[in-house]
Amino acid sequence: MWLPRPLTWALRCAVGLTLAFIYVPLLVVVLNAFNPDRVSTWPPSGFTLDWWREALTNQGALDATLVSVQVALCATALALALGTLASFALQRYAFFGRDAVSLLVILPIALPGIVTGLSLNAAFTAMLGLDLGFLTIVVAHATFCIVVVFNNVIARLRRLGETAEAASMDLGATRFTTFRLVTFPALRSALLAGGLLAFALSFDEIIVTTFTAGAGTETLPIWILNNLTRPNNAPVVNVVGTCLIVFSILPIYLSQKLSGTASGGRF
Amino acid sequence: MVDDAHPAVELRGLRKRFGEVVAVDGVDLEIVDGEFFSMLGPSGSGKTTVLRMVGGFELPTEGTVLLGGKDVTRLAPFERDVCTVFQDYALFPSMNVRDNVAYGLRVRGTGRVERARQADEALAGVRLAGFGDRKPAELSGGQRQRVALARALVVRPRVLLLDEPLGALDLKLREQMQMELKAIQRDVGITFVFVTHDQEEALTMSDRVAVFDAGRVEQVGTPADLYERPATAFVAGFVGTSNLLEGDAAARLFGDNGTHSVRPEKIQVSRDLSASGEPGEQAVTGTVAEVVYAGASTRFIVDLDTGGRLMALQQNRHSDSSDVAELRGSKVRLSWRRSHGISIGTTAEQPTPGRTPR
Repeated sequence: MWLPRPLTWALRCAVGLTLAFIYVPLLVVVLNAFNPDRVSTWPPSGFTLDWWREALTNQGALDATLVSVQVALCATALALALGTLASFALQRYAFFGRDAVSLLVILPIALPGIVTGLSLNAAFTAMLGLDLGFLTIVVAHATFCIVVVFNNVIARLRRLGETAEAASMDLGATRFTTFRLVTFPALRSALLAGGLLAFALSFDEIIVTTFTAGAGTETLPIWILNNLTRPNNAPVVNVVGTCLIVFSILPIYLSQKLSGTASGGRF
Repeated sequence: MVDDAHPAVELRGLRKRFGEVVAVDGVDLEIVDGEFFSMLGPSGSGKTTVLRMVGGFELPTEGTVLLGGKDVTRLAPFERDVCTVFQDYALFPSMNVRDNVAYGLRVRGTGRVERARQADEALAGVRLAGFGDRKPAELSGGQRQRVALARALVVRPRVLLLDEPLGALDLKLREQMQMELKAIQRDVGITFVFVTHDQEEALTMSDRVAVFDAGRVEQVGTPADLYERPATAFVAGFVGTSNLLEGDAAARLFGDNGTHSVRPEKIQVSRDLSASGEPGEQAVTGTVAEVVYAGASTRFIVDLDTGGRLMALQQNRHSDSSDVAELRGSKVRLSWRRSHGISIGTTAEQPTPGRTPR
């Protein structure tokens, strides 16, 4: 489409400014991770790797990272299993209340985190009498991680149709063999994309985590929040922040690539 | 093992209800070993549902499916000796062509080398040698069709079910595949049960055809049976152009007011109104309402003086488009051999709209 030149430039500037508004603050965090000053200064007064050394020996940060990775892995595994099962049930079978169940499965991702957090906190402590900790975080994260897995898998199932599976059984394969040789390979990239998204969601979750973590367990985002205002740890927080930026962009990028190639007609 | 004592497929009192809808309403059929058998009918006539019940994808509401004399009504698809070629081919997108074809052998536990050999052989059989390493997405519609065929044939089923397998192909390719399918069937000697809504396809390929309407079989017979001796008005209308005459118009020409039909190509069109009829010939005069020039032939739609309307088809051996156009509105004499008049009886059923000349 042809646009007048001044308009083109105006639009380009608008896009540039918007993207800058989003990404320059991220850049500041990255720069400060290499800034010798303890408090954020502009322009940076030099270049140092001291904070990285400090971060690598900071027991609190390392412990929190480990907890976050473990939580994210467990929540993702749980979400993969339950989300896949739910998508099969809702795509392949017609039953009373299917639409309602479908809505209820998707809802957690739209619910405000603070509501999810509050209600789960109440449920875990008051109703079930559980001690808040690792397990409760995993369950809480899984509630919204299921949604991304579910959405990915159900979209793939819809496109896959059922004739490939019918053909497989027709050629003599049992139901299990059909799943192993036909259904699962077709779902693989959808599962990977959903799993990566779920992992990323869980890894940087903070609101729900605050309500379900209890006193003893600290995930990385909570550690950051707690240490941001401590002058001694602020530079280390920048280092951790830089790592997080890299590690959260990567899965999102990969999952986009995966669903991108998949929608191109190749599985 | 082929069992000569029993038909390859036998259906007894087959019924299938989906909620309130009766899709198949009492079908009895026997399909002989090695036969190319077609189930022909308009969409919604139940032919595909019958095929799915033979394949094991639907459970009949009533009735029995026997394969080689064995009751398989309640067996799963992988427990019966039939294979289906699906309308959308249903190839496995993540596997290459060779693995697709070898799939049935793989799940039967055939070794890797042996199944690759047999798959390549089957691919050569459908003229796709050398395509083994490609992905299904890299093939054209006709090639995918042949992969699906090879995949089903490689496991040597007793019966091969084909669900409108040529429906997605364009006309030229479809005609070519019709010939090939027929040749492949002759080569392998497996019973083919072919579902189609295309009467021409059914007539050209089949040994016998069952015509379906509203969940019932209207007539079973050879293509010539159906065309020359349709048992009902529906069959006359669905197979070929019907040219039906009923009531008074029929009574004046044929002597009774039942339903009668003459195939368009049996009718001779002549401008000589006073020609004397040969023995055994029936003649009637009328006015040409429409002339359609169709290259190889010309269709005349004639309003008869005795009432009713007939279509006549003439080969353009001596005429061209400019000659025939002048005939519109003129008086002509139609004649045919008395033996070519078909009496269909007095069924009240209406033929499919659009098949009779208007």
